[in-house]
Amino acid sequence: MGKIKVVHYINQFFAGIGGEEQAHIKPEVREEVVGPGMAINAGFKGEAEIVATIICGDSYFNENVEEAKAEILEMVKKYEPDLFIAGPAFNAGRYGVACGTIADAVQSELGIPSLTGMYIENPGADMFKKSVYIVSTKNSAAGMRDAVKKMVPLALKIAKGEEIGTPDEEGYIPRGIRKNYFTDKRGSQRAVEMLLKKLKGEEFETEFPMPDFDRVDPQPAVKDITKATIAIVTSGGIVPKGNPDHIESSSASKYGKYDIAEFDNLTSSTHETAHGGYDPVYANEDADRVIPVDVLREMEKEGKIGKLHRYFYTTVGNGTAVANAKKFAEEIGKELKEDGVDAVILTST
Amino acid sequence: MVKEIERAGIPVVHMCTVVPISLTVGANRIVPTIAIPHPLGNPSLDPKEEKVLRRALVEKALKALTTEVDGQTVFED
Repeated sequence: MGKIKVVHYINQFFAGIGGEEQAHIKPEVREEVVGPGMAINAGFKGEAEIVATIICGDSYFNENVEEAKAEILEMVKKYEPDLFIAGPAFNAGRYGVACGTIADAVQSELGIPSLTGMYIENPGADMFKKSVYIVSTKNSAAGMRDAVKKMVPLALKIAKGEEIGTPDEEGYIPRGIRKNYFTDKRGSQRAVEMLLKKLKGEEFETEFPMPDFDRVDPQPAVKDITKATIAIVTSGGIVPKGNPDHIESSSASKYGKYDIAEFDNLTSSTHETAHGGYDPVYANEDADRVIPVDVLREMEKEGKIGKLHRYFYTTVGNGTAVANAKKFAEEIGKELKEDGVDAVILTST
Repeated sequence: MVKEIERAGIPVVHMCTVVPISLTVGANRIVPTIAIPHPLGNPSLDPKEEKVLRRALVEKALKALTTEVDGQTVFED
């Protein structure tokens, strides 16, 4: 096989074009190595070469999935690469979803082997781990070297059609694929040995981690919305102007509870967003664009809903650990139930 | 967060733009919104029209809250 041709996909931030304010840019191609592609290309040591880099804004991709996919597939097709690499996206949610979506599309529609990388909690990971090889990375770009170190050898293996080892060996997120193999001890013996360890309180490793289904049954619908108390909860980070409780713009360690009894409408002088993961301009101009206080207040006055709950709860969903978000919402849910709230509108950005 | 609040016994509707994420994570009632930086708004409209748009979305949310669902349901148009 001659030099392996690679096309690389990255977002507007890693291309050095800009941050959130450039997240709307449409896909473009550059016949050069850009951003993290440099480290990846260097890692190939001549065995493979990035011949083109496709750059796309994270918001554009996520808000126009079908068009973005079609445009980018056309771009990839042109280069007839042997391999397609997206990211790594670390914990950036939209970027991870874009990387997973496009890697999956290139694989299934163009038949070109693909690889991406992201943090295990990235929503893109759960969505695409079954269909795409996703290298498990750290949760921020500080983990770039570590990510590249794992992505390069796996990329070469995939491109050459070599046999891929286990997730532990190769560094990718488990895909849920079962492979039969022979082992020297039979199942009953291994089971008893594991049970003995468990009984003795010793460490043991399960051979098959049970999947975490974690689904919640839907609550019954509200019977009479005109008598219901509705509460607003948001992950969009809306806070009173000045962010008095200093909710972090990323990896929030807390949530806020704020009184809106006196408000018919949120304005740029009363509220703002603390969220660092989306372009804040529109939310800062009018926070009703993230939490619809103005509309709900109107509906309350018209009798369309019983009551808009006095408090709204807010946190910043940007890179916030799932365990934390769960904890916040457990507390919030309990309080709302005690306060007699009948239904919740939860908005996300 | 949506699931934890529902677990506490309160029906929740998730108004969000990236619906695939909400579906993967497991929200039961979902209403797709306009855009990531302004889910319930559209700055290219004039304020009156924007309010009308926001109202329509909230009405969809209320519809979701008053509809019995068996499993995950996206309330599109």
